[in-house]
Amino acid sequence: MELLYASCVGILVSCGVFLILRSRTFPVVLGLTMLSYAVNLFLFSSGRLSLNKAAVLGNSTQYADPLPQALVLTAIVIGFAMTAFVVILAIRGRADLGSDHVDGLVLDKNSDKKNDKNKKGKV
Amino acid sequence: MIQHLTSLPVLLPMLAAVILLMPPCGKSIAIRRVASVVLSIITFLASLALLLKVQADGTQVYAIGDWSAPFGIVLVADPLSTLLACLTALLGIVCVLYASAGDDDKGSFFHPLVHFLVLGVNGAFLTGDAFNLFVFFEVLLIASYSLLMHGGDKKNTRAALQYVIMNLVGSAVFLIALGVLYGVLGTLNMADMAQKVSLLQGDDVYLAKIGGLLLLVVFALKGALLPLHLWLPNTYATAMPIVAALFAIMTKVGVYSMMRVYTLIFGDEAGELSHMAQSWLWWLALATIAMGTIGVIASKDLRKLAANLVIVSVGTLVALVAVQTVEASSAAIYYLVHSTLVTAALFILADLIGRQRGNVADRITAGPPIAQPRLLGVCFLIAGIAVIGMPPLSGFIGKVWLLKATLNAEYTFVFWPLYLLASLAILIGVSKAGSTIFWHHQGSVQSNATENAGQERVHPAQLVALIILISGAPLMSLFAGPLSEYAIDAATQLHDFNYNIKVILSGGQ
Repeated sequence: MELLYASCVGILVSCGVFLILRSRTFPVVLGLTMLSYAVNLFLFSSGRLSLNKAAVLGNSTQYADPLPQALVLTAIVIGFAMTAFVVILAIRGRADLGSDHVDGLVLDKNSDKKNDKNKKGKV
Repeated sequence: MIQHLTSLPVLLPMLAAVILLMPPCGKSIAIRRVASVVLSIITFLASLALLLKVQADGTQVYAIGDWSAPFGIVLVADPLSTLLACLTALLGIVCVLYASAGDDDKGSFFHPLVHFLVLGVNGAFLTGDAFNLFVFFEVLLIASYSLLMHGGDKKNTRAALQYVIMNLVGSAVFLIALGVLYGVLGTLNMADMAQKVSLLQGDDVYLAKIGGLLLLVVFALKGALLPLHLWLPNTYATAMPIVAALFAIMTKVGVYSMMRVYTLIFGDEAGELSHMAQSWLWWLALATIAMGTIGVIASKDLRKLAANLVIVSVGTLVALVAVQTVEASSAAIYYLVHSTLVTAALFILADLIGRQRGNVADRITAGPPIAQPRLLGVCFLIAGIAVIGMPPLSGFIGKVWLLKATLNAEYTFVFWPLYLLASLAILIGVSKAGSTIFWHHQGSVQSNATENAGQERVHPAQLVALIILISGAPLMSLFAGPLSEYAIDAATQLHDFNYNIKVILSGGQ
């Protein structure tokens, strides 16, 4: 179980980092989401992995650590809000800057022409 | 009431923000402005009352929900954290007051967002729990994201996008660090963590080290330390100046967290892990000072100049944190207050000067003369002298103190020349900016006269805000005695490991 869990977190992190390093906002947002999933899984595992243990004291002799679960819950809520914000910001960036590059620069000549056409069309 | 005083600097801004969203304040901008100013003054008074109480009765510990220390979340009000909470509340007043002159109308929810930001910053200063620190970081960040976009243009969107992405990655790293530390130490209360770090054995030591250094990455990102400082100049220069002035406290949150974590948790008593971040902090801080100084000389407008001065101040503070002696920490506390006030004042001045110069705005080139050269010139002179560190203002005292504090540090022979050269470069940069803006005019007098008619004069609310910030430098110099005693007291307590553990874990008594 540990190996499966660890490799899952590892793959999510590496995919997330790869995507965050891309130049367009959509992959970056996806990468951030993946990274936050990986982080949530990782946080969850900080209370040790265990099977068939309740997080309630007194019902059984063995119990799981409830704190990481509370932490993960907090992290999920915050991560959700932040993702929503960054999506809206990315859309606004696309509208304001006329490109979806994180740097706001248009490197691709074809997309540049398209943007010009779009602008002319709108005018 | 008195026993809940510790929680008020955190609760009051939250209440204030909620009240400002409610109907009577939400509808009319005039009511909202008055209410916002009054509420921010109440927050400041509560922080001040807490400071006086801490002075009289020693460190206050407030267990939220009455769950006692290692299990529940505690707020710890010691001299350092209350001083910074007061500073934040003061900046809050200044920001709200200044924006009431018209800037708050450029977008919605300016006032509630300022109060939410103050809530986040105060919470980060007062909390004694590592995960709670993360939560308050997120509160202040999401408020700052929205404030950054307030009244913004296209340039602003780009800077905001980069800032948000950087900080989201930072938050992920923060959580990983906390996960590692919790997995190893089994606790998130900072005092309890400090106690358990020294008991670690075997591989756990290395895991804790990884966790601690990941925290360093996060704090370096928030505080804008060298390799992670690139977001700052653009963000601060494209944000509305008054927002940038408020953000002057935000980098200090990163520095403050470094102070807490690397003196309390990984400090003298941490066994194998004691002072593990010191060498990193020291060299990164020196590089940050060098980089910020180059930025100051290269700045083309006043806001960039102020943003780069923020970077220099962060570098200076982190160098002091790295020395980790009581004297260095007390110098750092004095310098922190001074640099926050002065850089905030510079952002506001950049805005006021920019408004009176028409199209040239705050660019450092010859332009139309300023409508109120005496007022703004004197203010710029005071802020400039303070930020350069020339006598007789607070910058000079801070500088002498920090040079004295680093006298016995390991690599002083690098720090002193670098820091003094940096000061010289800042002197050149700031005086060049000042003389160009105030003395080099372009265009005939006649056309200027007609242009002047259209220029905004300084609004009374703006003037009061500016005076509050500018008077900080002479006042900190005038009352340097009591202030430095306070700083020494705060630093002594910061470094007193046993006292901190005893007070926090036993709930204040």
